[in-house]
Amino acid sequence: MKAHGSAHKYGDNVDTDVIIPARYLNTSDEKELASHCMCDIDEDFTKKVKQGDIMVAEQNFGCGSSREHAPIAIKASGIDCVIAKSFARIFYRNAINIGLAILECEEAAERIDNQDEIEIDFDQGIIYNHTKNESYQAQPFPDFIKKIIAQGGLLKSIAKGDQ
Amino acid sequence: MGMTMTQKILAAHAGLSEVKAGQLIDAKLDLVLGNDITSPVAIKEFDKHGFQGVFDEHKIAMVMDHFAPNKDIKAAQQCKTCRSFARRFTIEHYYDVGEMGIEHALLPEKGLVAAGECIIGADSHTCTYGALGAFSTGVGSSDMAAGMASGSCWFKVPSAIRFELHNQLSAGVSGKDVILHIIGKIGVDGALYQSMEFGGEGLASLSMDDRLTIANMAIEAGAKNGIFEVDDITIAYMKDRVNRPYQIYTPDMNAYDTVIDIDLSAIRPTVAFPHLPENTKTIDEINEKIMIDQVVIGSCTNGRISDMQIAADILKEKKVAKDVRVIIIPATQSIYKECIKRGYIDTFIDAGCIVSTPTCGPCLGGYMGILAENERCVATTNRNFVGRMGHTTSEIYLASPAVAAYSALAGYIDGPKGEM
Ligand code: SF4
Repeated sequence: MKAHGSAHKYGDNVDTDVIIPARYLNTSDEKELASHCMCDIDEDFTKKVKQGDIMVAEQNFGCGSSREHAPIAIKASGIDCVIAKSFARIFYRNAINIGLAILECEEAAERIDNQDEIEIDFDQGIIYNHTKNESYQAQPFPDFIKKIIAQGGLLKSIAKGDQ
Repeated sequence: MGMTMTQKILAAHAGLSEVKAGQLIDAKLDLVLGNDITSPVAIKEFDKHGFQGVFDEHKIAMVMDHFAPNKDIKAAQQCKTCRSFARRFTIEHYYDVGEMGIEHALLPEKGLVAAGECIIGADSHTCTYGALGAFSTGVGSSDMAAGMASGSCWFKVPSAIRFELHNQLSAGVSGKDVILHIIGKIGVDGALYQSMEFGGEGLASLSMDDRLTIANMAIEAGAKNGIFEVDDITIAYMKDRVNRPYQIYTPDMNAYDTVIDIDLSAIRPTVAFPHLPENTKTIDEINEKIMIDQVVIGSCTNGRISDMQIAADILKEKKVAKDVRVIIIPATQSIYKECIKRGYIDTFIDAGCIVSTPTCGPCLGGYMGILAENERCVATTNRNFVGRMGHTTSEIYLASPAVAAYSALAGYIDGPKGEM
């Protein structure tokens, strides 16, 4: 599994209220959620983002409400992976459960700038920055979580009776 | 090394004699909760994966509270999705308009949560039930769907910070000030992935409502859960509410990574400035007049009867400032009724406030008090993120019901300064 695209860079404590404001939570339609993604801190995000792009942020990404609409909106907007120094725990679970790849990597979060060209090798946990000609090693997933992702998300793994 | 309260509850629910921080476990659930926003996503997933039944129709709670009474057609559709799911599987604890209240006030009140239980909810403030000595944590909709189908959930066992409480709160200071003080101290990621466990001799002076408020905001410090040691106050609260056996777990004191001492008597009324709950100042540190447009007293943090009482005592026979809109929302039907009985509703209306039926409403910028550009609000809610209550340039100041009520009278941020 690989990802390759441009970086969209944000700061500390990006909360789920800015990822998808509550006023749009009267729907669970992915496309509609994606059309409002990040609008409160980055009005142009939905115009700039391309399929396969990467989101990069600093500490405590996804803090706040438990809304699964947040990783759903990010994924449906075209983002293939979120890299951050750390994630809020409910966001972390939700992303795994719906199959949005997320990587914790301090160095990558610090070094990557907006619009850098990034490629990720998930098997190795390596993040390549083609713009800066650098690479960073991310925390690989524990096996248990790899299994959930490999089975196509939490519900598929339970439906199969593997839990 | 021993185990924390959280670890003991998780071990018991995973059928293990011992667990360690970092270990991945699968634990049996005593209750799975969802609301009108998160349940529709869970139901969609539940149906998409072809589950034919729920693990136990008595151990699922669904509460229509966020955008209910329905704020618009889309919200109405979402409640309808929940309602028909609840009927299809005869979900016992489905609460709709007329019976509902804000979920985290309603569930403890109805005795649906108890000491020693293992609870997940598709709502981040599910951590509230730790006030009763339960392990209780917020999850997403997929976890809710999986929990409803299987009755279990995967967890990474957390380590913990112990908060050792000493002495007693001063007059005019309440649970909200305690938790804002703590978040101001450790930051919004100060307890990331960890449990916040509360105990010590100071516990005896904290009411159940204070504890519920404190546990409610554990998530605002990034914690997985907040949990209180069970004492006579907890047992008295559960009596007449909880009609099933429950289990009391006490922590091994050597199990904690960090112990933080909190002198309750030194805590002052505290306000969190925009746009993070960690931006705190005590009322004595606010030297300018911060003019406000709105006050909201309610939410799962501070919409309980003692909060209403504090507000009513301050507002009695007074008038709120001319340019301030004051919205009061008792969190459940029984709190609402009690407010009527005690005459608080008269007090509020005579003072120039409005009183709403139970709903989350403005807390998450849903309806019933949305802020316009550059407006300021003092709210007893739990989050002051950008755009949380309306326009992205609006500002939310988080505070206790006492500070909110004093501010309503003054027209600027004010509090019980003299009451030491
Ligand atoms: S009152 Fe606010 S914080 Fe509490 S459950 Fe409702 S929206 Fe969430």
